[in-house]
Amino acid sequence: MAEIRNYTMNFGPQHPAAHGVLRLVLEMDGETVVRADPHIGLLHRATEKLAESKPFSQSIGYMDRLDYVSMMCNEHAYVRAIEQLLGVEAPVRAQYIRTMFDELTRFSNHLMWIGSSALDLGAMTVFLYAFREREMVMDMYEAVSGARLHASYYRPGGVYRDLPDSMPLYQESRWTKGRALKRKNEWREGSLLDFIEAFTRDVPARIDEYETLLTDNRIWKQRTVNIGIVSPQRAMQLGFSGPMLRGSGIEWDLRKKQPYACYDKVEFDIPVGVNGDCYDRYLIRVEEMRQSARIILQCVTWLRANPGAVMLKNFKVVPPSREEMKDDMEALIHHFKLFTEGYCVPPGETYAAVEAPKGEFGCYLVSDGANKPFRVHLRAPGFAHLSALNEMAKGHMLADTVAIIGSLDLVFGEVDR
Amino acid sequence: MKAIPEAVTEQFSVIFGNRVTVAEVRFGIVTIEVAPENWLEVCRVLRGNSEFAFEQLTDLCGVDYLGFGQTEWETSDATSEGFSRAVEGLGPGRFAWGQRPMPGHVEHRYAVVLHLLSQAHNRRLRVRCFAADDDMPMVPSLVDVWGSADWYEREAFDLFGIIFEGHPDLRRILTDYGFTGHPFRKDFPLIGNVAVRYDTEKKRVIYEPVEIEPRVLVPRVLRNDARYKADDIDREAQIRADEQAG
Repeated sequence: MAEIRNYTMNFGPQHPAAHGVLRLVLEMDGETVVRADPHIGLLHRATEKLAESKPFSQSIGYMDRLDYVSMMCNEHAYVRAIEQLLGVEAPVRAQYIRTMFDELTRFSNHLMWIGSSALDLGAMTVFLYAFREREMVMDMYEAVSGARLHASYYRPGGVYRDLPDSMPLYQESRWTKGRALKRKNEWREGSLLDFIEAFTRDVPARIDEYETLLTDNRIWKQRTVNIGIVSPQRAMQLGFSGPMLRGSGIEWDLRKKQPYACYDKVEFDIPVGVNGDCYDRYLIRVEEMRQSARIILQCVTWLRANPGAVMLKNFKVVPPSREEMKDDMEALIHHFKLFTEGYCVPPGETYAAVEAPKGEFGCYLVSDGANKPFRVHLRAPGFAHLSALNEMAKGHMLADTVAIIGSLDLVFGEVDR
Repeated sequence: MKAIPEAVTEQFSVIFGNRVTVAEVRFGIVTIEVAPENWLEVCRVLRGNSEFAFEQLTDLCGVDYLGFGQTEWETSDATSEGFSRAVEGLGPGRFAWGQRPMPGHVEHRYAVVLHLLSQAHNRRLRVRCFAADDDMPMVPSLVDVWGSADWYEREAFDLFGIIFEGHPDLRRILTDYGFTGHPFRKDFPLIGNVAVRYDTEKKRVIYEPVEIEPRVLVPRVLRNDARYKADDIDREAQIRADEQAG
C-alpha cells in the first residue's frame, strides 16, 4: 500500500476568507486539519511604539486604525485610560453620546461580520443587505465627526463636538431624482438624532430580513452547527471575551459587570449561548444587534431631553474654541501649549477596558509624568481569539476552518496592531 | 467595578508572605510585584485559590523601563542666556540604527506585566515581574497556568526579547521572518533598521537600510507643575463652570 503522508498547505495571506492578511499554515491529513499555525504580523505597524513618540492626544487617530470596523470603541478605551490618569471625567451628555456611538459601532461591526462571514460560506445576499444599513451608520459617523471611518471623535474630556442639528441631504442627480430622491432623504430632513431614531426604529425589521436568510437556512446550519465548539472552561483558559465567551455560555459582559460611560443607566439584556459552536456565536451577534438598537433608542430619548456641554471646560486638557481664542489671551496661550506640547499626564499606570464588539478591548497605559505616554499596550480581543484557532480547527475539515475563522470575527488591524 | 476592600490587599501578605509586594492600589486595580523565582508558583495560587480565582489572563505584555522619567528638555532651570534648547541628545525615536544612544542606568530594565481577571469576584489584578538580568531577561513561562499566555509571551519575546523559560514554541510572532533585534526596546530606532521592497531588476524582494530620517516633532517634557494636580484641575473646571453659569 502506498504511504500516505500529511501535507502542509498555505491558507492566505491572499485569500478572500482570510479576512485581511492571515497566513495560515495548515497541516492536513486529506481534508482534515491536523494542525493550524496562524502566521500574523503582516499588518504590524507598531502602533504602540508610535504612540510613545507623540503627545497623548495625537494617538487617538491611531486607535481608529486598529480595529477599523469598530473605530469609536477603540478610541473609547484609549481616551478612558487618559481620563483616568488625568483624573477628569467627561460630562454626562458626552458619556451618553459615547454610549450611543459605541452601540452604533457595535451594530455596524456586526453588520460587517454577518455580511462577510456569510459570504465566506457562500451566502451572497446577506452581504448586500448588511452593507445597505452599514452605509447609514457611516453617514452618522460622517455627520458627527466629518469622517466616515476614522473618526477621532472621542477626546479626553468629552467628545469633539455636539450632535449636529441637520443631516446632509442627497442632491438631485441624473440617477437620483423625484420619488427616489425623496425616499433617500426621508429620514434626513431633521437633526442627526432624528435620523438615528428613524434608522433605529427600522432596525429590528432589517435584522429580521437577515435572519430569514440565515437562521433557519439549511445550508447555513449545516456549515455552522457543531463546528468549532469551545467549552466554557476552555473559553476561560484561552482568554476569550465578548461574543466568543458568551457563545460558550458564560454570562460576562463588561457593559453590565464593570459599567463605563452610561451603560449602568440603560436597559439591555446579554444573550448567552448554549453549545459554544459557530451557530451560537452567530445567534448571539444577531441578538446583540437588537439589544444595541434598544440602547440607542434610550440614549436618543435622553439626549433629546438633556442639552448641555459635551466637553470639559478645562483648558489644561481641552483646547478652547476658536471663538474664545480671538479675544482671550489666556485661551490663546492654552491653545498654543496644547497643540505644540500637549498636556502632561500624572505618573501612574492604568488599564481601561471597554466591551468592544469583538470582545474586551483594553488599553494599558503607563505614564512617567511626561507629555507622551511611556508605554501603551493595547489588548486586542482578536489576538486572543486567533491564538485559539489551532485548538478549534483541529480535527475539522478544511471548509469548516473557514467557518471558524469567520466566527472569530477577526480584523487584522487589531490582531497585528 | 467594585471598590477593593482592605481585606483583599491584606490577603496577599497573608497567603504569600514576603514573596509578593503590594505596590499600588489605584483605579480599582491592585498591582503586585513578584520576583521571577516565585513567579510560577504565585501565579498558580492566583488562579487556583478560590480566594483569588483569577481564571482569566486578559493581557500579558513586556515593558522596557529604560529612560523612565527622562526628558529631552529641561524646562525648570534657565541660565543667564535663557532657557535651554528644546531638544538635546537622542531621545526616544530620534536616532537611527548606527547612532543608538548609550543606555542610561535603570535598576531593572525589563518587566512582564500581567492583567488578570476574576469573573467570580469581578476583580482585576495587575502582576509585575522584573527580569533579573538586563542582558538576558528571563522569566518563567505561564503557558501551563493560563493557555492564553502562549501568544502573549511570544509577542513579548518578539518585541522585547524577554525569554520565557519553558514556553513550548517561543518563536517571533509579529515581526518579519528573519528579523533582527527587538523593536519595542527603547534603544531600537523608531524608523526601524531595514526597509523591504521588490526589485524589478533582480526580480526578488530585497532588504535595504532605511532611508528615512528620524523625525519626532514634539519634545518630551515632564512638568511637575501644580496645574497637573488632580484637585487643581477639578477646581479650575469648577471655576469655569461657575463663570459659565453666572
